[in-house]
Amino acid sequence: MPDIIFQSTKHFWPEITLALTFIAAMIFEFATKKRTTGTGILVLLGLAAALVQLPSAPSEPVSIFGGMYAIDPFSTFFKYVIIVTGMVVVLFSFQSQELKKESGHTGEYYCFIAAVTFGMVLMTGSSNLVMIYLSIELVSITSYILAGFSKSLRRSSEAALKYVIFGALSSGIMLYGMSLIFGLTGTLDLSGIRTALASGHAVTTGWSFAALMAAIVLMLAGFGYKVSVVPFHFWTPDVYEGAPITITAFLAVASKAAVFAVMIRFFYVAFFDNMLASTGVYSSFRNVDWSMILAVLSVLTMTLGNFVAIWQDNLKRMLAYSSIAHAGYMLMGVVVMSNFGLSAIMLYFVMYFFMNLGAFYVVMVIADKIGSENIDDYRGFGKRAPIISVGLSIFLISLTGLPPTAGFVGKLFLFSSVMASQFIWLAIVGVLNSVVSLYYYARVLKNMYLREAPDGDESPIVFSKVTSAVVILFIIPNILLCFFYQPVLTFAQRSIAILLPGL
Amino acid sequence: MTVGLTHFLLVAAILFSLGILALATRKNAVMMLMGVELILNSANINLVAFSRYQAMNLDGHLFAIFVIILAAAEAAVALAIVLQIFKQNQTVNADQINKLKE
Repeated sequence: MPDIIFQSTKHFWPEITLALTFIAAMIFEFATKKRTTGTGILVLLGLAAALVQLPSAPSEPVSIFGGMYAIDPFSTFFKYVIIVTGMVVVLFSFQSQELKKESGHTGEYYCFIAAVTFGMVLMTGSSNLVMIYLSIELVSITSYILAGFSKSLRRSSEAALKYVIFGALSSGIMLYGMSLIFGLTGTLDLSGIRTALASGHAVTTGWSFAALMAAIVLMLAGFGYKVSVVPFHFWTPDVYEGAPITITAFLAVASKAAVFAVMIRFFYVAFFDNMLASTGVYSSFRNVDWSMILAVLSVLTMTLGNFVAIWQDNLKRMLAYSSIAHAGYMLMGVVVMSNFGLSAIMLYFVMYFFMNLGAFYVVMVIADKIGSENIDDYRGFGKRAPIISVGLSIFLISLTGLPPTAGFVGKLFLFSSVMASQFIWLAIVGVLNSVVSLYYYARVLKNMYLREAPDGDESPIVFSKVTSAVVILFIIPNILLCFFYQPVLTFAQRSIAILLPGL
Repeated sequence: MTVGLTHFLLVAAILFSLGILALATRKNAVMMLMGVELILNSANINLVAFSRYQAMNLDGHLFAIFVIILAAAEAAVALAIVLQIFKQNQTVNADQINKLKE
């Protein structure tokens, strides 16, 4: 037994580093009475320390801690995305005026970012139902606190309340699904579930088949809630609008990445056969047509996200609906469940990271300056703050998926992976949805460039050099990744190895 | 009549439905949280019953213990948020907390 633990710990150092960072940040926060950014810097260093350990992860999938946790290239890829997002969010938070206004301990805020990053990293590798539940709850409970962190703002507390009630409901529903799966298969281990389903004596009667269906639907509801898939999306706009904008950005990118990782692992390991691995397409056990259910959810998600976004006046809320739509696009990759689809999702997450964080950063600095997130208040910005406006335009074009931006390449690969698996109609719906999304993104551009400021004020709005530099730093990858996506794509294609039993 | 697995599952299913019902009909935030507790405990009954009758191992029992701990943590955070809401609005009625439009 101690042998197993020592063997496992060897591969577990990034996670241990993150846990230690959280504890160290807490102690540091209690020890220093003054309000400093010291805790933030400590957390940043801890995240960086975890990040530099990732490349030494084994290139072959390894199962550690007696099958509780998997270290494989697939989870490592998502860990990169999550930890880098965490670092960027900490850096954004140093600049956020919204957080500076909060009296009391902003240091706690950074502690929780460390904790939530730790939870998300655990999610990517969980290969046991207990582990999946624990890591999802670690992320959820911490994000409830973070969403309500602006205690002086009513909308922040309201967002936290809505988040905690619906979040607790969804994890309860998911837990009920897990208990049914445990009852049917007699094991909590994902590979054990796979073996039980494959051998066929777990599900013998019509009743047990119905129970399995119910369990999957309940699990899907739980996962769907966390990635805001329609019809489990209703919390998203309120929470994204009410939460501090740095946290909104974090939830929109890192949390989605983590849940997609754990969702793909759950369905892939427990419910898909790898008989057809030669073609790169996987078939599900007992010929259950999951792909159709997921395809319908994906269509609903992107359509509703895009159409409701048209009516939004608050840019933060509009980005919330746009993130719902993007969850729908990424779900298409899960629908096809092929190697191509998985690598397309991973590539898309890298692009999504750059475009979404850039957009949220611009919304944050503008809100700090003019105290508004309303799209009408962006009138005349093109002349008054050129660099920021160009930045926002590029991020929004990238979110639409037009060339020459990173979003175009992301969508191109996602749609072609769907086409490759004969889901032509799904790809067409996706393209049509991108056209719809152009309408509301273009509305922001129109306000910035074609309309005058309300009171004819044309005095330039001065942003600090740091702000302009950050915006330019985000513009560069958004343009460059359109032409030089090959390294990212190769990395994604190399990272699709998911731990399976018998490997 | 001996008490078997089915009876436990039935109790759990009823608790689960009651929890969902509580969340759907109650307007008081504290009551909604109690509904969530019902759902979590229905899953716990399932886990322990399956563990005893079906799998004959301790996995389900262990899972249930983890769930109890997490439910306590979740309740602590949720009640803190409800308290914050009460300080700001003098009410915990979910219908009256509607500054964010929808």
